[in-house]
Amino acid sequence: MSGLASRGSVHIDSERCKGCALCIPACPPGVLRMTEGVGARSLAFPELLAGCTGCGACLLVCPDFCFEVYRYDTPVPYELLP
Amino acid sequence: MSGYAQGRRLAEGSEAMAEAALLAGCRFFAGYPMTPFTELLEQFARRLPEVGGTCINAESEIEAVGMAWGAAATGARAATGSTGQGLALMQESLSELTRAELPLVLFNMARGQGDYFQATRGGGHGDYRHIVLAPMDGREAVELTQGAFDLAERWRNPVLVYGDYLLAHTAEAVDLVPLDLPALPPREWAVDGSLGGSGRARNVNPLGMRKGQKGIDPERFWKRLQAKHDAIQAAEARHVAEQTRDADLLVVAFGSLARFARHAVRRLRAEGRRVGFFRPVTLWPFPAEALARCCRDDARVAVLEQNAGQMIDDVRLAVAGRVPVVSIGGISSDEAAFGIGPIYDPEEVHSRVASVLEPSP
Amino acid sequence: MSRPVIRSDRPPRAPARKTGTFLPALQLGADHDLCPGCGEPLALRSLLEAIDDLGAAERTIGVVGIGCYTALTPLIDLDLIQALHGRAPSVATGAKRMLPDALLFTLQGDGDMLNEGLQEVIHTAARGEAITCVLLNNGVFGETGGHMTAATVLGQRTKNTLAGRDAAQHGYPIRIADMLAGLEGSAYVARASVHDAAGVARTKRMLRKAFETQLARKGFSFVEILTMCPTGWFVPTADGPGYLDEVLQPVYPMGELKASE
Repeated sequence: MSGLASRGSVHIDSERCKGCALCIPACPPGVLRMTEGVGARSLAFPELLAGCTGCGACLLVCPDFCFEVYRYDTPVPYELLP
Repeated sequence: MSGYAQGRRLAEGSEAMAEAALLAGCRFFAGYPMTPFTELLEQFARRLPEVGGTCINAESEIEAVGMAWGAAATGARAATGSTGQGLALMQESLSELTRAELPLVLFNMARGQGDYFQATRGGGHGDYRHIVLAPMDGREAVELTQGAFDLAERWRNPVLVYGDYLLAHTAEAVDLVPLDLPALPPREWAVDGSLGGSGRARNVNPLGMRKGQKGIDPERFWKRLQAKHDAIQAAEARHVAEQTRDADLLVVAFGSLARFARHAVRRLRAEGRRVGFFRPVTLWPFPAEALARCCRDDARVAVLEQNAGQMIDDVRLAVAGRVPVVSIGGISSDEAAFGIGPIYDPEEVHSRVASVLEPSP
Repeated sequence: MSRPVIRSDRPPRAPARKTGTFLPALQLGADHDLCPGCGEPLALRSLLEAIDDLGAAERTIGVVGIGCYTALTPLIDLDLIQALHGRAPSVATGAKRMLPDALLFTLQGDGDMLNEGLQEVIHTAARGEAITCVLLNNGVFGETGGHMTAATVLGQRTKNTLAGRDAAQHGYPIRIADMLAGLEGSAYVARASVHDAAGVARTKRMLRKAFETQLARKGFSFVEILTMCPTGWFVPTADGPGYLDEVLQPVYPMGELKASE
């Protein structure tokens, strides 16, 4: 057990994403990174790593409204995240 | 707060027209001073607050028409105006708000008759039409000003009232009584904020933009507008004709100068000459069919207008080459250049008409 | 330990509270063709959330100018009037005079408001019209492809100042917020920016304050919002916020320039 847990999560609409990558530096815990491959629009899009706090900064800076943000009722250990 | 000045009274044209607008329910005006429009602005500035309306002294004519646009978009009866130069500044807005299908009454207190092209062709870009009403005197100006607000709302289209220096500054007895007009449909196109958040909010715009719809269909939108203008053209042409049935010579004139033309025609008739008089009341739609009907195959047409020849184009189109058309008008100006000229003289007009009459047998 | 990748293509399974929705309540959709990395949709989100927070949707009329942001109008669930380039303040004035209890705002770019429409916004502020003018400032005419406006800063490269704006040839930028703050008719004048999350949050607070100023009938209110335009600035999308911070912010610093009590 790592003892690390996520306090929040996001739902990303990767098909709407235009690959601008503004969300990456905006994320305070740095849990967003652009995919190596490309998605439906032939563009890279953000994927989520463990450690999200549900702060919503990504949602605020996304010009294409690709983020929905959640806070877990209790933090979820990394090992149990899907 | 004084109410409406009703009944018969002596009033200069500017005052009478402003009062007529208030009778028609006008509650918004914006304008910029410029001769000979200035007194109209002064009247609205004085009277609108007295009836609970708003008059804004706009920083330029471009803002004046913008303010009237905003007021009209809320469903209020709004107007603006100027003289030819000021109307020239407004042209982009005038063509676009026509496409936004906004009712608006415009006053051109023109410096003479040289704004006929500007009024009827429009100086703005693209395809659009304004209804243009040309009163001959103060009494008719009161009636047409009220009618303008009705037409504008009925068709959701700007209506221009073509006045001039003489009309603005001539005092005559006018009857300030409200016209009895049929009811108009509710203003569902107007915005007041109330549909915000409903999913059905409106966008008053000149492109046919719709909520929830990316992109526009300009061809469909513009063709629909064209169809509306065709319908106005078929329905709203107005004229006055006098003694045309047996006329050898038909004199055509509009606005203030038409008074002089009518007087000359009546005088010549009294002298036994077979002359007729035709006055377009709407400059657009031009009463082409009526003019063609009033004109016998062996008649001639003489156009009296104070400009280098503008309405004469529409006269020629109306008769379609069937009869000769001559100009007995022309440029005529005093040293002030506000639209008064030597042509505004009964003797002058009489001699111009007489000069194209065939010699009496 | 390297962090594992988490599925994010659907809502989380573990019990959770949704704290942020894709769209603000007053936005009908997200489908727009503005460039990747454009800051204008961020400003729109702040604007719509501020109006929704005030519960003012059913009394709001927006008057929209002409620029890239015009393409966002089909997404806005508010009554709108489309104005011409530069002409939104006069249209908003006419509407507000007829509906004094409505909340009126204009939405204009820097080219629209400061080039074509400079006279309109100054006179509207001078008259103390109780409307809120919102300036989306990216230092370029975006819709025509990225050209110099009155807000373009010295040294800034645009399609018609490829060597960088040069004072000798092109003069100096106009700091409209400073000018408007000096007019007695202005009651609230502020400058915001959407280059980072904190900026976006501050933008929303300033817009809300501006609207409150209007509803309290204190006079004219104005919020300038610096937005990214990586296309107009010739920078990669990810460099937009940094460019805004380094090039535009020094000329247009954030903050409240005027606030009435």
